[in-house]
Amino acid sequence: MKRIDHSEASSKFIKAKDHLEFHDKRLWDLRKKRDRESEHLPEWEELRTLASAIKEHTLTHLADYLEEFERNAIANGATVHWARDAAEHNQIVLDILQANGARTLVKAKSMLTDECEMRPFLETRGIEVMETDLGERIQQLDDEPPSHIVVPAVHKLRGDVARVFAEKIGTDPANSDVHYLAESQRTHTRPYFLRAEAGMTGANFAVAETGTVVVCTNEGNADLSVNLPKLHIASVGVEKVIPKIEHLGVFVRMLSRSALGSPITQLTSHFRAPRPGAQMHVILVDNGRVERLGMADFWPSLKCIRCGACMNTCPVYRRSGGLSYGATYSGPIGVIIDPTFNLRKFSLLPFASTLNGSCTSVCPVRINIHEQIYKWRQVIAERNQLPIVKQEAMRAAGKVLASPRLYRAAAEAANAGISKLPRMVVYNPLNAWGRQREVPDAPLLTFRQWYLKFRSPKK
Amino acid sequence: MKAALFIPCYVDALFPEVAIATLELLERLGVEVDYPLEQTCCGQPMANSGCEKDAAATEQLFAKNFAGYEYIVAPSGSCTHHVREHLTAIPQTPAVAKVRRSTYELVEFVHDVLGTRAFPWAEFRHTVGLHNGCSSLRALRTASASEIAEPAFSKPMTLLSQVKGIKFAMPERPDECCGFGGTFSVFEEPVSARMGQDKVSDHARAGAEYIVSADMSCLMHQKGCAERMGAPVKFIHIAQVLNGTKA
Repeated sequence: MKRIDHSEASSKFIKAKDHLEFHDKRLWDLRKKRDRESEHLPEWEELRTLASAIKEHTLTHLADYLEEFERNAIANGATVHWARDAAEHNQIVLDILQANGARTLVKAKSMLTDECEMRPFLETRGIEVMETDLGERIQQLDDEPPSHIVVPAVHKLRGDVARVFAEKIGTDPANSDVHYLAESQRTHTRPYFLRAEAGMTGANFAVAETGTVVVCTNEGNADLSVNLPKLHIASVGVEKVIPKIEHLGVFVRMLSRSALGSPITQLTSHFRAPRPGAQMHVILVDNGRVERLGMADFWPSLKCIRCGACMNTCPVYRRSGGLSYGATYSGPIGVIIDPTFNLRKFSLLPFASTLNGSCTSVCPVRINIHEQIYKWRQVIAERNQLPIVKQEAMRAAGKVLASPRLYRAAAEAANAGISKLPRMVVYNPLNAWGRQREVPDAPLLTFRQWYLKFRSPKK
Repeated sequence: MKAALFIPCYVDALFPEVAIATLELLERLGVEVDYPLEQTCCGQPMANSGCEKDAAATEQLFAKNFAGYEYIVAPSGSCTHHVREHLTAIPQTPAVAKVRRSTYELVEFVHDVLGTRAFPWAEFRHTVGLHNGCSSLRALRTASASEIAEPAFSKPMTLLSQVKGIKFAMPERPDECCGFGGTFSVFEEPVSARMGQDKVSDHARAGAEYIVSADMSCLMHQKGCAERMGAPVKFIHIAQVLNGTKA
């Protein structure tokens, strides 16, 4: 299995200057709005602590709360399914659709269904799947995965959207007015809502004491997806459960503030029971989560509420784009989750970080993201997944730096030599430092040499 | 008061003037400074790359060189952070624990331990942009971070404000990482360089003549970017400014 090469992908992203600058600025604006919102709440840091504690409590009693959720959801009239992995999840969805003769599925945003690669699975089995979230729909039409878990098409300029829509839904290619484009998508989607036999949502939260699935959205598409067809399927990662409805307030106050810098999403929909004559199915999905729960250093990543704040603040993410991570989850949270799906494939991702720690500071549930990135690096090296070049370089560096004699020889020789080398030798193609940066001038003496010459200890 | 001076490898080899300024500043402030001659590095380059095992012998050497000191002072936030939080590849004996606990970054040592608030010899008649390395900012907490809801504070700014003639330029994104990140600068060169260019441009737009920092590794990276870009910004370590370098 080939490693995802984040560095190479980011190089392409950076070369598209207008896109890069828009992407960086747009996400930085979200970060600034988030800062303003959090400053307005004097209890913000306390809320983070509380949110983290609720999640930790829930995760350490996960089986109990899931069973409580199941009991209450069934009592409400919903059907509850358990899926061990992506394949089981997709099969359950297909079985429900086929049992009801459903051929068209309108769906709201769900990272879990992306994680399970559900859409291609259903499409090759004759189900038409319509993404109804604007950003997701843009990405579906362009045959790309979402690049951000909250704003899926944030890497696109409106001209890109105009091109995709012109090609796929027949809009005017010369018109990139955002209102025109949004309205075109709306008009295009409406008939599907009316025609679809089934609707699907993810879940932001699943409340154990009430058996409720809670979905937070801004476009109203989730409610249409649920309330027009007579069949609602909700895919829920097992870590989404929270014990009580009173806990929901803590998370709802933080989710949209962290994500978009808005106090709350336009809609916070509680789906508790099927409408008369309709069906509601909830699929509780593991797909590696329980295994992650058993990882001493990495289980806190399951506290994640998928707000994307870590991505918005991440200087690396903003300058490389979500698609450069080659995974369902990108940015800091992706970097610590992706290796649990495939260590080898995603072994370079934990190195796509400066360990600056801003992700940890903004995380509303206090996940120690940058510390987990550091830990993943150790795991990747231990399991011999580092590129050979790096492995050898570190072994050599470790030898030199452990020996005062070897270290001094290297430091002093570099100083004697480097400034005399011709520029073309120093700035060769193998010198990654020198591609866009000057190499520091070497001084005449190292500090140690200076010290011995001028401050020779206690003569 | 007696303290041991830890000069990180890249400062020793490439920026001796920063080490000299650190030594002189500490002496001016009345500290008796020891410089253990067999020192090399703290082990961070290997450990940050995932290779804790390759860092073990270097960490052992560090612990040996600095054993027994009450204070170990380094002009580097990231090395101090490594010693304090990540020097874990070797057995954690009481002696090792003491070394880790006793290691201070220069600004926090001067600000918190010595409590110095006056540098009468220092004068720097320039407009400077302050760059806090991410380890100093978010791990050592020498300043508040803009994304954390907390009262604003900045130890480096408090110290620099005492320097005669100094003026400050405020960049738009004061806490954004500059993209050095150790081996990140080489293995993720495209993003690293772009971050460095953005950082330099942000300070230049704000009107900084100098970027001043407690972290020379960040400055080495930014300086490399600025020189290639032809940006008219200069770089200086906080030890030099506080020690009275006029530039």
